Amino acid sequence: MTERYSFSLTTFSPSGKLVQIEYALAAVSAGAPSVGIKALNGVVLATEKKQKSILYDDQSIHKIDYITKNIGMVYSGMGPDYRVLLTRARKLAQTYYLTYQEQIPTAQLVQRVATVMQEFTQSGGVRPFGVSLLVAGWDEDEERPYLYQCDPSGAYFAWKATAMGKNHINGKTFLEKRYSEKLELEDAVHTSILTLKESFEGQMTEDNIEIGICNQDGFRRLAPSEIKDYLASVS
Amino acid sequence: MAMKGKDCVAIAADRRFGVQAQTVSMDFDKIFEMGPHLYIGLPGLATDVQTVSQRLNFRLKMYELRENRKIKPKTFMSMVSNLLYERRFGPYFVEPVIAGLDPKTFQPFIASMDLIGCPMITDDFVVSGTCSEQMYGMCESLWEPNLEPEDLFETISQALMNAFDRDAVSGWGAVVYIIEKDKVTKRLLKTRMD
Repeated sequence: MTERYSFSLTTFSPSGKLVQIEYALAAVSAGAPSVGIKALNGVVLATEKKQKSILYDDQSIHKIDYITKNIGMVYSGMGPDYRVLLTRARKLAQTYYLTYQEQIPTAQLVQRVATVMQEFTQSGGVRPFGVSLLVAGWDEDEERPYLYQCDPSGAYFAWKATAMGKNHINGKTFLEKRYSEKLELEDAVHTSILTLKESFEGQMTEDNIEIGICNQDGFRRLAPSEIKDYLASVS
Repeated sequence: MAMKGKDCVAIAADRRFGVQAQTVSMDFDKIFEMGPHLYIGLPGLATDVQTVSQRLNFRLKMYELRENRKIKPKTFMSMVSNLLYERRFGPYFVEPVIAGLDPKTFQPFIASMDLIGCPMITDDFVVSGTCSEQMYGMCESLWEPNLEPEDLFETISQALMNAFDRDAVSGWGAVVYIIEKDKVTKRLLKTRMD
């Protein structure tokens, strides 16, 4: 094992910016698009999962994953960095449960994950994560849905609806027009597919997008057959 | 000891602080307020009573600041259990008793724990201390479900006093808290000072 660096690799530029974080955000913007929409009775996460070759086994690896039974996550950016954060998030959630015998509230989990991401912008010898996360959760106590975004800098934002990755500016503009406070979960799924479609090249099928929903029954990924039904109602 | 009533809970303790046979003080409070409707009683070694209550207060305040909400009694019980089990092989010599109302639903809650944090939630009463066997006897005979706050006060006072009167190292004054949705009443009992 090499000696740990004692100095941070992320340092300020004369203009007051942390350039490494800017570059990390550029890595995120080059990643596959993902969308999150909060409805009255739940949250939907959707992402593009285009594979470069038909030889890929689409259904074995998932971009949308569980952290706890009430909280799920999706990313835009570098897959391997996401895996590390996913494991950390799961561990943080279980540590909370071990102490308090209560499921971690979404806001608390997001705060803890964001702290981890921030540590990697200040610790010695490490680089920031090249992913932005969308965390969707249902709070059992307050009985309401939450949607949060975590950036490589460690900043986190609560959203009603947002888009990340390639074409996120157009995505957000589209959502600004389409979003309404009174959306039901079904309509939200519909809207998220439409948002993804804006930046999609080629034919959208149930194998090259992934959708996850979070409501009071918890978080779950939609099966390809369910996605197919939604796609049919869109086109 | 703590008892459940109708939309209320009661927690009571004696006030003796002694070193085996010698009584050092008769106003040693062992019941600590952890929230507007959450109280914990800590009988046992006096130094650990103070340390545990201080450490618990610290953890509780951090929780409330971080999560921006009042803690639920059940979650608080898990927090106490965790704190005690951290010292599994060199424990704090306290056996806590928790009484409170849920911050949102005002459901009554009582629980007790052993010195390494094994929690026990009951629907009637919990007891802890040197005269716990006498207390179990008194509670078992006097308690009945759905007592109004006034009746609960009578019941818990009689149970506590008669139990510690049968124990040489307990007694010398008693304090009783009745916790209801809109108020908490603290009463000092006139007891045999022996």
